[in-house]
Order: sequence, then structure tokens, then C-alpha cells
Amino acid sequence: MRRILIALAAATVMTSAAAAGDEIKIGVMVGFTGPIESLAPNIAAGAELAIKEVSDSKALLSGAMVTPVRGDTTCIDAAAATAAAERLITADRVNAIVGGDCSGVTTAMLQNVAMPNGVVMISPSATSPALSTLDDNGLFFRTSPSDARQGQVIAEVLKERGVGTVAITYTNNDYGKGLADSIATNFKAVGGAVTIEAAHEDGKGDYAAEVAALAAAGGDVLVVAGYLDQGGKGIIQSALDTGAFDTFLLPDGMIGDSLVEAIGADLNGSFGTVPGTDSKGAATFVDLAAAAGFKAGPFNGEAYDAAALILLAMQAAGSADSGKLKDHVMAVANAPGEKIHPGDLGKALEIIAAGGDVDYVGASAVELIGAGESAGNYREIAIEDGKIVTVRYR
Amino acid sequence: MPPDLLNATILLGNYVVVPGVAYAAQLALGALGITLVFGVLRFANLAHGDLMAFGAMATVLATWQLQAWGVGLGPLPTALLALPLGILAAIAAALAADRLVFRFYRRRRSAPVTLVMASLGVMFVLNGVVRFIIGPGDRQFADGERFIVKAQEFKRATGLAEGLSIKTAQCLTVIIAIVTVVLLFRFLQRTRTGKSMRAYSDNEDLALLSGVNPERVALIAWTIAAALAAIAGALYGLDKSFKPFTYFQLLLPMFAAAILGGIGQPVGAIVGAVIVAFSEVAVTYAWKKFLYYLLPEAWRPDGLAQLLSTDYKFAVSFVILVLVLLIRPSGIFRGRVL
Repeated sequence: MRRILIALAAATVMTSAAAAGDEIKIGVMVGFTGPIESLAPNIAAGAELAIKEVSDSKALLSGAMVTPVRGDTTCIDAAAATAAAERLITADRVNAIVGGDCSGVTTAMLQNVAMPNGVVMISPSATSPALSTLDDNGLFFRTSPSDARQGQVIAEVLKERGVGTVAITYTNNDYGKGLADSIATNFKAVGGAVTIEAAHEDGKGDYAAEVAALAAAGGDVLVVAGYLDQGGKGIIQSALDTGAFDTFLLPDGMIGDSLVEAIGADLNGSFGTVPGTDSKGAATFVDLAAAAGFKAGPFNGEAYDAAALILLAMQAAGSADSGKLKDHVMAVANAPGEKIHPGDLGKALEIIAAGGDVDYVGASAVELIGAGESAGNYREIAIEDGKIVTVRYR
Repeated sequence: MPPDLLNATILLGNYVVVPGVAYAAQLALGALGITLVFGVLRFANLAHGDLMAFGAMATVLATWQLQAWGVGLGPLPTALLALPLGILAAIAAALAADRLVFRFYRRRRSAPVTLVMASLGVMFVLNGVVRFIIGPGDRQFADGERFIVKAQEFKRATGLAEGLSIKTAQCLTVIIAIVTVVLLFRFLQRTRTGKSMRAYSDNEDLALLSGVNPERVALIAWTIAAALAAIAGALYGLDKSFKPFTYFQLLLPMFAAAILGGIGQPVGAIVGAVIVAFSEVAVTYAWKKFLYYLLPEAWRPDGLAQLLSTDYKFAVSFVILVLVLLIRPSGIFRGRVL
């Protein structure tokens, strides 16, 4: 029996070693279930678009094939996200991970699984300011900006629209709290007043009590730093029902077609911000996505960029090993070098292979600063006639 | 009335009275079911919350089917047509649970705590079945005219600074709850079966000696409790939103209401529900704006004048429960002691 087991173990080691030679696996971890489940499929599709492009180009590390492996973070359940990351890293043996999506689960995955195993994670959408200062052994990057930046942008938007007072409600987790604090600090700095900063729990049937407290505090606009498929939607519905607020400011977690459809015409006149640029890359990405059969939405370009950065860094390191590629992410993302837009990944791989330098711009005009996070470009949106329209870029 | 006083009244109506009354009606229907099962079958049925979820789920499914067929009630929600089906489904579930689980322990004359634990098991099973059939997420099934009075239109019509909104579902909840309660009390007071149930509840041995059939009494108690649960569940879902987990959360306020009123006492369940509902709403309500209208300028509060953050809403019923059990375990109307 023991001999059989040894033989079995040896066979497993050999097959996995053989697999590592010509196949590279990239984990794609977003919340396919949970409070942003309506956004998750297209975020994953964005990452998989870059993976397919690189795989088809046959230019990565002597023609390696790259396949995505999906994992569900649930967005809010740290235990489930940790288990999924564990499975991807130890069973599927992914080389690096695009994800996670929400800040809390991303932190959990990073600390519990990715760091002990030395696997690189690039998140397209974790925006909590706390992730900037986390000790990550150089393994964590994000193509989304920190909410410290989003807070500034939102404060500017509010001020330019002549809003004097706001009430803030946030989903009770790392993302919500970090963003709400950032908005409050920045809005006060530009002379605005915050009447109340109150948390709400996701997953309740009834938000009447929360809205009553917000209404008592008052304010011209209600800032809802929550999730569009969850408590955020419930708060907005209840606020409209009781006539407490009629204009809402929607940060990145609240932007999506499903919210506009669920609430209907009453949401017209509300506005918000979501990471995005009007760069050439963004437009190219929208076309690429359409060709691949999906409509580019929030964080899709960031996911494409996250996957692209991982693969370009592999090429620069000459290895699919996370421990080696982590030192090359910043170099391929920033100047100097040839500017790389979506769809040019094959070209970029060849430049790197030939010993050249690239400056990855991608779909979201990536410029990694500090500990490896995007400097931050935002799209200001408004809701008009039941549609999300772009006002301008910041 | 001076406009400030009017504004204050409307404000209170919009955020405290209207939601409070609807919530109280939903709790009362649930607490009545709990108190009835306790009175007749002598155990605290923890599965009652999930029985509500089951009845509501059947109502939601039937509503969707009716909507697909294009059958509706115009301005009224289609769910009203589907409700009888939800009631039948809940009764079937309750009777199945009784036949498969509770009857066994009842015949062995097990201690009440054994039955309570058995009901905990039934609760988990029902919980799983509901999620398996309809999923754990939010389900929308309300249709028809959403509002009777809309906040913005009310403001425009009256010229007041505060708006009042009354949802169709809230109004229906109160009407249906009143009708159900009246029917229930007539049944318990006037009919022969109702009287035999009360006799059985008062003194089991005497009732058995006078020829009351215990199985029949149990059957009727389950039927009524399940019907109440389905009505309460469907109305709660219609007013707020249908989500299986919220019914489990309702268990605590419902038990608090039943025990506060005096468990086993139907009137007590209603009074208890009103007190619990309004305590929850009033304690977590921020009174700032209300006081702002009523007090002279110098006295106006700077803070929110909120006793407890809304996160602690469920803690309110918990505190009520603990206080009642400590101070007056028999409840307001001298029910049994748990």
C-alpha cells in the first residue's frame, strides 16, 4: 500500500511539473455570487480577454499556453474567499491571481493564502486605502486607485455641483468605511458639511430605520458608499419611498445597469464616479470587449490590465514564477518604454523578449504609484433618462 | 395647527407611525401563531419564522405564475390572489412536520424542551428547503400601484416641508391583519372547535375526560398557525422584500412580542407586537428633526437625538425579552411561564 502511495505521489509531482512547463494558469477571482454578482462576470471576462490574447499570440515564454481558472470570492465572506484562493493555489497551481474584487476579501486572501505561498495578486477593484500600507512582501498590486483618491474626486464633484451638505451611509466593511471616511475628510476640506456618517448592514429586508436616521440628519445629497445588488439598493429604494432624499451620489460600488433598472425613473438626476479614462486605450478596450461578446462595464478594463501586467511581468522575468515576476510588475507598468494599449499584448511580449522596454498603458491608463496601485483616473457619470451617461473624466 | 406642529406630526407619521403600524401588524400575525402553538401544543416553535418563509415562498412562486399568465388585480398586488395557495402550502408543510416529527414526541409525552429542540431541527430543514427552491437572494414579486400617498405629491398638495408616504402594501397589511385577527377571535370564542381548543389549552386532562380529541386539536392548531404564518410572511415580503434569511431574523421580535403579551394569550400577542414594533422604531429613530420643529431655537439639539444606532434594532427586542422574563415572566396578560 505504501509503495502504491509513493508511486502515486511521484506520478502527481511529475505530471504537475510537466504541466508547469508549457501551461501557465492565471487565477481569476471575483465575487460571482454576493453583493456585486451582476458586475463579476464581465470583470472576469475582461481578465480572460487579456489571457486569451497572450495565449493566442504564442509569444509568452517560448509559446506557453495560458488558461484562466475562476474562483469565487463572494465579495464579503473572507472564509469562503480564503478557501477558494487556497484551492486555486494548492490544487490548480495557478502562477498568479487576478483579484480579488472587494477590499475585505482581498486582504484576507492576500494574508492567509497568497503571502504564505508567495503568489502575486493584482486586484482590479479593491480600493480600500488600508491596502496601500499593508505589508505584502511585494506581492500585491492593484490597477484600481485607492479610495483616498476617489474621496478627493467625489468631494470635487460635489463642490462643483454646488452641494453644501451631504449625508453619508456606507456598507459596514473595509471598503465602505474607508471610502466614507475619505469622502467626509475631503468634502470638509473643500468647505462642505457632512450631517451624518452612518453604516448599514448588507442583506437586510428593510432599511426604513437606517433611512429614517439619515433623513433626520438631512442633507442635499445622500452619498451611498455601498453595493448595487445589496444594501445600497435597499437604502436608495427606501429613501425614495419615504421621500427622504431624491438625489444620490453613487461611488464605484454602486455603478451598474442593474441598479438603474431596479430603481427606475426616480434615479434620474443622481450622479457618481467610477474609475475610468477617456484615453485611446479605454476606447480600444470597449471595441475589444464588444468583439469578444460583452459590454465593457465598471472594472472590466482594470481586470484586463491586471491580467496583462502579470503576463508582461512574466515575460520580463523570463519565468512564470510569482517570486520572480513580482519584481518586474512596476517596470512594465511605468515609463520608460514603448506605450502599450489593449490589443497590443503580442507586440509587447516581443519587445520584451528582444530586450526592449515597455510602458503599459492599457485600458485604464495604468500608472502604478506608491506600493503598486493606480494613480487614479475617474469617470464622472450622471443618470439621465434611465441611462448612465459620462459627464467628464477626472 | 401651526405649520411647525403639522410638519412634526407628518414627520412622525412618515417615519415612525406608518412603518411602525405595518411592522406591528406583521409581527402580531407571527406572534399569534407562536402563542397558539404554545397554548395548545405546549412548546415554543422555533420553526415558525421559517414556516413564514415557506408560505411566502409559495406565494411568490404562485404570483410569478399568475403574472406570467397575465392575471392581475389592477392596482392591487397580484400576490393577494396567490396568497390562498401560499396558505395551503404552509399548512401542508406544518402538517407534514407534525406528522413526521412532533407527533412522535407528543405521543411519548416528551418534555417541552425536547419538542423545542425538535422544532429547531424542523427550522433548519425548512430553511434549507426554501433556499433550495427559490434561492437565498432578494426576490421581487410586488406589482400594481406601489403607493396610496406619495411623499413628493403630498408635499406639493399640502405645501408642507415634510412628505407623507403610504404604500399599498402597508395599508393592505393592516387591513388583512385586522380581518384575520377578528376571524380568529370569533373562531376561538364562538365555535365548538374553538372552545374545545381553549379547553384543551387550559387543562389537558379535563379536556380529554370531556371527550376532546387531542389529535384533532393539534391538527387545527397547526392549520391556523400555518395560515397565520403564511399571511404574515407574504405581507412582510410584499411590504419590504422577500428574502429567506429575514424571516429567521423575525423570530426574535416575534417571540419577544408573544412573551411580553403573555404566551398562550392571543390578545397578549397583539399588544406585545405593537409594543415591540414601536419600541424598535422609536428607540432607533433619530429625533433631531422632530425636536427641531417643536422646540424653541435655543433648545434645538445639535446631535441626532437617537437613543441607539439602527444596528442595534434587534437588540431592542432582546432587551424587552430579558426584562419581561426578569420582572414579569407571565407577561402582561398573565400567560404561561416558559
